[in-house]
Amino acid sequence: MGSITLRRVRKSFDTVEVIPGVDLDIADGEFVVFVGPSGCGKSTLLRLIAGLEDVTDGQILIDGQDVTHAAPSKRRLAMVFQSYALYPHMSVRKNIAFPLKMAGLSAAEQDARVAQAAGILNLTPYLDRRPGQLSGGQRQRVAIGRAIVREPAAFLFDEPLSNLDAALRVNMRVEISQLHKKLATTMVYVTHDQVEAMTMADKIVVLQAGRIEQVGSPLDLYNSPANRFVAGFIGSPNMNFVEGEAAARHGAHAIGVRPEHWQLSTTAGALQGTVGVAEHLGSDTFLHVGLDGGTPIVVRAAGEVPVHHGDRIWLTPQDGRIYRFDAQGLAL
Amino acid sequence: MATRHQRGLARLMVAPSVLLLLGWMIVPLAMTLWFSFQSYNLLSPGTEQFIGLMNYRFFLSDPAFWAALTNTLLLVGGVLVITVGGGVLLALLIDQPIWGQGIVRILVIAPFFIMPTVSALVWKNMFLNPVNGLFAWLAKLVGAQPVDFLAQYPLASIIGIVAWQWLPFATLILLTALQSLDSEQLEAAEMDGAGAWAKFTHLTLPHLARPITVVVLIETIFLLSVFAEILVTTNGGPGYQSTNLTYLVYSLALLQFDVGGASAGGIVAVILANIVAIFLMRMIGRTLD
Amino acid sequence: MARTVTPARKLTFTILAWGIAGLIFFPILWTVLTSFKTEADAIASPPKFLFFDWTLENYATVQERSPYVRHFLNSIAIALGSTLLGLAVAVPAAWSMAFQPARRTRDVLMWMLSTKMMPAVGVLIPIYLLFRDLGLLDTRSGVIVVLMLMNLPIIVWMLYTYFREIPGEILEAARMDGASLWNEIRHVLLPMALPGIASTMLLNIILAWNEAFWTLNLTTSKAAPLTAFIASYSSPEGLFYAKLSAASTMAIAPILIMGWFSQKQLVRGLTFGAVK
Repeated sequence: MGSITLRRVRKSFDTVEVIPGVDLDIADGEFVVFVGPSGCGKSTLLRLIAGLEDVTDGQILIDGQDVTHAAPSKRRLAMVFQSYALYPHMSVRKNIAFPLKMAGLSAAEQDARVAQAAGILNLTPYLDRRPGQLSGGQRQRVAIGRAIVREPAAFLFDEPLSNLDAALRVNMRVEISQLHKKLATTMVYVTHDQVEAMTMADKIVVLQAGRIEQVGSPLDLYNSPANRFVAGFIGSPNMNFVEGEAAARHGAHAIGVRPEHWQLSTTAGALQGTVGVAEHLGSDTFLHVGLDGGTPIVVRAAGEVPVHHGDRIWLTPQDGRIYRFDAQGLAL
Repeated sequence: MATRHQRGLARLMVAPSVLLLLGWMIVPLAMTLWFSFQSYNLLSPGTEQFIGLMNYRFFLSDPAFWAALTNTLLLVGGVLVITVGGGVLLALLIDQPIWGQGIVRILVIAPFFIMPTVSALVWKNMFLNPVNGLFAWLAKLVGAQPVDFLAQYPLASIIGIVAWQWLPFATLILLTALQSLDSEQLEAAEMDGAGAWAKFTHLTLPHLARPITVVVLIETIFLLSVFAEILVTTNGGPGYQSTNLTYLVYSLALLQFDVGGASAGGIVAVILANIVAIFLMRMIGRTLD
Repeated sequence: MARTVTPARKLTFTILAWGIAGLIFFPILWTVLTSFKTEADAIASPPKFLFFDWTLENYATVQERSPYVRHFLNSIAIALGSTLLGLAVAVPAAWSMAFQPARRTRDVLMWMLSTKMMPAVGVLIPIYLLFRDLGLLDTRSGVIVVLMLMNLPIIVWMLYTYFREIPGEILEAARMDGASLWNEIRHVLLPMALPGIASTMLLNIILAWNEAFWTLNLTTSKAAPLTAFIASYSSPEGLFYAKLSAASTMAIAPILIMGWFSQKQLVRGLTFGAVK
């Protein structure tokens, strides 16, 4: 079991308030991703749950039990760090066995659990190596192995993939998702990469300046962002915003249109502009367009579109795919 | 960043170091300051009395003080010039592609590990001695009159001995700094058409500026307190020709038993050292960031 | 950098470097050679470089002036004692400043360093009088305490710079893995910090072994380490070059060897981490 509840959790460092007050429920077995720009407090929030930082005010419950003042080791949580934080002086086997040793398990039991975890993570051939002799991806697996042997109530991941190269990151993303399906244990995952959030999460928590902007499933956030910040943060490339007259026509201060929701025309449309750069990927074409008013727009068109630098084109938002925001940035 | 419990524990663990150093610094220094206002001689106990700034007046107007101050500055300055100048050249030389670089390094660094009393006595007897020293033999070899270095050039001789001890330090630090110079930077400069001299003045020297400052400041701290080398070679003489401040205070206190006067001298030495220290602290403070 | 270096250039620099290094090292070599000569050979003119009657008798007769073994043991006791005592005080402090820095930590570190700048003569008199009154003059424990205090700032600083290189996340990982503070220190921090602690120890043994202000002023005979014993040769008795050389060779050999092994750490320790 591993449900986590945060009640009015606040955190300040000296006089600086980094988390002004957060309420959040994480259900048992859920994969929750905290996402937001750097400095938004997502890592701090995770470290508060872990017990590596004191909460200034509020309560943290795990399975209904108040752990607000419990030591990290008493919370039955396992954490995977950004730097992997492997013990460089221990073999892979000893690294994975360390939490079991600390828990006072017998040597035989330790061996059995390490073997099992190594099997799951394809680490068996590397058990007697030192972390320094492993590749980035392998180190990441050892860190995960060290987390899973404890059979914790929940896993905490602090930007675990940010030190890996792009290709490996995609692989590990899939592996972690599969691991979640297999173990069905609660996972709380911190990232600044919205693609990771969209692909892995059951539930995304979008944070900005220590506040929760919106909580919801990936598609909820994609389809109905609560405000301009979430709308701009979720989706890749980012949503385009147009203000002024074009927005006023829709009765809003600003309208947002995702790059994939534009219709292109060379003859007529709602807005006209000039193509700056056209990126032809074969599967998609990305156009960086400067509207006549000066607003830059990114357009993603499926397949190959024969448009080039300097062309004049018309853009029209698809019906029902226009997001309207008021002057405060809230969705209308 | 951590939990409250850990922070409390952490403060507790710093406490012994802080308290010990505080005691080590404040208590004796306060006592020295107190003695410096007293007429206090160990040879006539029971006659201690407060005499205000008299000790300072005597100490500062004593020709020995001015001789010692000049000698201190000459000693520090002379050794710095030799060790920094020689250190830069030697470090550049060792940094060249040469055979046996490791062994050269080991030979050059060795004098730094020799205890001051040993190096002073070895130089005094086996090299500088006008009868049996190697330098005397060399002089006779070329038909010159052997020189009694410690009698005729006492301060210069001591500067030589101390420079021999500290040249390795400067060389080692500058060499370490040279080896950390980014080779891509040098390659970029070459692509930009820089010749050997241009690379030296525009890349190497600016790169060495910081380690040179560190060497100067750290050596200064140690050189202000040179003591054993003087004690075992010249005893500060002839006259006051090789007496530095440290040695003068020592002789006032433990040879003439004038606690009051020696204390005033000690305070003067502390003030001088502090002027140097301020610069050093600023320098090192920056490395913390 | 794959630079082409002409052999002639390399040879020139090699000869030059070896020549200068040889000159710098010569006094040490000469001392070692002289220690194996008879007193007559030691002052022979012209000097005898290698072709003399090699003898070990000086090493045997060094004892004559004073029990050499006692001074040697004093040196070991003082160097080791002050270093170990210093480490015991400094390890917790450096740990706490490296991993739990407070707003004042930086100031505390700078202040500790500033105590190192205080010239010893500034406190010579009170320390001497205190030691006299407490009966600590010419005792090992007295010298150990003073040298410990003198080198404490260096020990704290060196350890601090080493500890700071251990990523805090690893200690946090240990905490998450259920390690108590004691287990965190024993299984994670100490093994990782051991190389740093060892180099700190080495440098401080060297510094304490060669310290020649307090040892000369606070000891006379019973607790005198080698620095003070060697200084007694400054008032010579008869022919003594070979015996001085033998005593010197024995006094410098252990530290010279340790020093060669710790060159890198030396740079770092003596510059308080400013040059690595």
